[in-house]
Parts: sequence; C-alpha cells; structure tokens
Amino acid sequence: MYNQALSDASLIGCPHCDLLQRLPALEPGESARCPRCGKELWRRKEDSLQRPLALTIAAALLYVVANTVPMLGLTVVGREAFTTVFGGALHLWNAGWESVAVLVLFTAVVAPGLQIGLMLAILLGARRVRPHRWVGHLLRYYSTVGTWSMIEVMILGVLVALIKIAELAKVIPGLALFVLGVLVFLIAAIEASFDPREVWQRVEWAEAAERQRAASKNMTEAAS
Amino acid sequence: MSTVLDPAVPSAIQRGLQTCECCGLLSRPASRAEEGRCPRCGRGLEFRKPASLQRTWAFLIGAAICYIPANVLPVMMTTTFSGTESDTILQGVVFLWSPTGWPLSLIVLIASIMIPVAKISALGYLLITVKRGSIRNNGQRIRLYRIVEIVGRWSMVDVFVDTFTAALVQLQPLMSVEPGPGLPFFAAVVVLTMLAAESFDPRLIWDPSSGAAGKEI
Repeated sequence: MYNQALSDASLIGCPHCDLLQRLPALEPGESARCPRCGKELWRRKEDSLQRPLALTIAAALLYVVANTVPMLGLTVVGREAFTTVFGGALHLWNAGWESVAVLVLFTAVVAPGLQIGLMLAILLGARRVRPHRWVGHLLRYYSTVGTWSMIEVMILGVLVALIKIAELAKVIPGLALFVLGVLVFLIAAIEASFDPREVWQRVEWAEAAERQRAASKNMTEAAS
Repeated sequence: MSTVLDPAVPSAIQRGLQTCECCGLLSRPASRAEEGRCPRCGRGLEFRKPASLQRTWAFLIGAAICYIPANVLPVMMTTTFSGTESDTILQGVVFLWSPTGWPLSLIVLIASIMIPVAKISALGYLLITVKRGSIRNNGQRIRLYRIVEIVGRWSMVDVFVDTFTAALVQLQPLMSVEPGPGLPFFAAVVVLTMLAAESFDPRLIWDPSSGAAGKEI
C-alpha cells in the first residue's frame, strides 16, 4: 500500500534529525541547511544534467583504460613484474583469501564501474521531460554503490605499497595509477555537479505507474 | 489536509509523517496496520530504521571481536632465502617509520589502528546516549556521527597495501610476499564498522529532545 503524498510538496523532514520544515526555493548555486542539526538538505546545481553527463562519459573512458593497463611494476636484477587492479584481486583469490579478494574486487573495480554506469543511465534517462520509473530505481542503487566505491582509498594504499617495495626493488608507477588519479577527481566532480532532487522532482511516480498498469489491465479485461 | 509548522511538535514523526530514505519525499501512511511504500520511488517506509540500535550493536560487537585477531595475527608474510618473516599491522607501521617515510607510516597508523578504535568507541557512545534518552550535546553527537560516516572507508588502506604488495612481489626464489591470516579479520573490521554506521539512525539522537522518543517506533 502506498503512502499519501502531502499537498504541500515543499515540506520535508530532515534526514539527520527529522525536523519538519519547509524547503525554500533556491537559485542555482544556493544551498539550504537544516536549522536544527546543520545537515545540508539541498544544493541546487547549475546545468545539473549536461555537466555531469560530460564528466561521466569522460569517466567511463578513463575507467576502461584504468582497468586494462598495468598499475604498477617493479624491476629487480633484470626481472620485471607488473600488475593491474584486477591482478591484485586475482592474486589474493589464488593465494586462498577469497573473501578479501571479493572485497578488493568489489570496492576497487565493480563498485566504481557500477557508479559510473548507473550515473550514465540515470543522466540519459533523465533527459526526458518525465523520466521513466527505472531512473528512480537506478538512483536508489546509485547512492548505495557510492559508499563502497573506494578508488581514492586504493590509490593511497598503492602509494604506500610502492614506497614499501621501493626499499627492495626499483618500482615503476604504471599508467593506470595516473588515470585512476584523474578518475577520482572526475567522480568527485560528477557528485558535485549532479542534483538528484532535480531528477526526483520530475521522475514518474511509482504509485502512478502502478495505477496506470491496473487501468490498462482492466481495459483489456473489459474488451475481452 | 494541510500541515502547519509548529515549534512545539518539531519532528515529522510527531505528525505521523515518514521521510523516504531513498528519494526524500515526505508522506503520510495510508493505514496504521500495514507498512507503506513511498508513492514516488516505491521503497518501503518506516519512521525510523528498523531495529537500528540492535543492528548497530551487533555489527559493532562483531567488529570489536575481529579487531583482536586483525592486530595480533600477521597480515603479511615475506619469504626470502633466509626464511619466512611475518608482519602484523603495527610491525608494518614500524617498518615504514624512517626520517623520510614517517608521513606514510603515520597514515597507516591512523587509518588502520586508530580509526577503527575511534569508530567503534564513537558509535558505542552514540548508542549508549541514545538508549539513555540523552538530550545533551545533540549538535556534537550528530557531528561525531557524520565524521564516523566519512572517515570509515579510509581504514581499507591497509587491505589495499597488502593486496598490491603481495601481487607485485612475486620474485621466486629471491623473494615473495603473501597476505597473512590477519587480513580477512582486518577487512571484516572495516566492513562491519561501515555497516554499523549505516544501520545507525541519527534521528534517534534528536527524538528525546523533540519529545518524540518511544512514539511510533
């Protein structure tokens, strides 16, 4: 059963303290904070679909490069070794640490990939005046995936590893490491330029979609 | 039905209104008996995260238990001609400590040893004060929660350090590095503390001061 929406759509409850309040109308670039707990409730972005779309396409390309070329390597007494991000997880798996391998693969490869892919689909879907319901579905997963996407943490880890290994051998930072560095900034820029509220305000409502489906079912039943 | 703001009943829960955690829409349950869904995004709605305190405690206790083997057991094992040497997280910090390398050593020390302890104690403090119905330091407590939410992911650093060191240093028979038995426990600490932070409902901090505690939950 669906809840009833309020007639006054500007009323909201703060997600961090539940204060009932009216969200003011904002100009692009302005933001509103909860007067009780200080949580930022909404920051309206300028051009909140085009800019993130451009950034997301760039991020998707860099993501492919980052996961195909070597990330770091070393040379010692004439021997060379390289590894990619995926290779790191694979080695853990082969060494018998499957659970950690899955975690590394998910936080360093799968979650960032999903994050970029979902964002791309959301932005393309939101170009319609009344975005389809699936746009809302994807938006729901997008925020969860973001929590587990840890490229920036991985880069710090790789840098520490590089310095550790530098004591024993000559280390070679690979192309992927630099690409990942740029990717971190791109993902941050996508987050900063995207306004989920803008999409939520236009998206097709779950309740309306269901009512429509029920109505068309009744029609076909009546016709037969 | 119009809703008028009233400072005497500040919270949405006191008006019987639910906020969708996913899309932020405020709505009124159609029936008291049945759990409602958000009319906009379709997600199931509750006034507060279900069993927030119990779930957070469970994840937190799990994390605290795993923290011990994570620090006692070696996370990395180095095999050379002269035999196998194993390092715990703390030994890794000491190894990195040098006149030039100390900033990195400090990063690992903070991210791997201090942040997990700080997170577990901070969430424990929040859980205890919420359970007691405290109405003091609400602003500070919500800030503490936000810090826990932001810094938690950085504990993963050591998992990545060990993963990529082991993947790269495979120079048999000269030298090879393998992850140690402490690593899965350490990864579990990071994941469990993140899940604990996610299952905690910060609105519970404010409920006693709004006079909403115990209502509708």
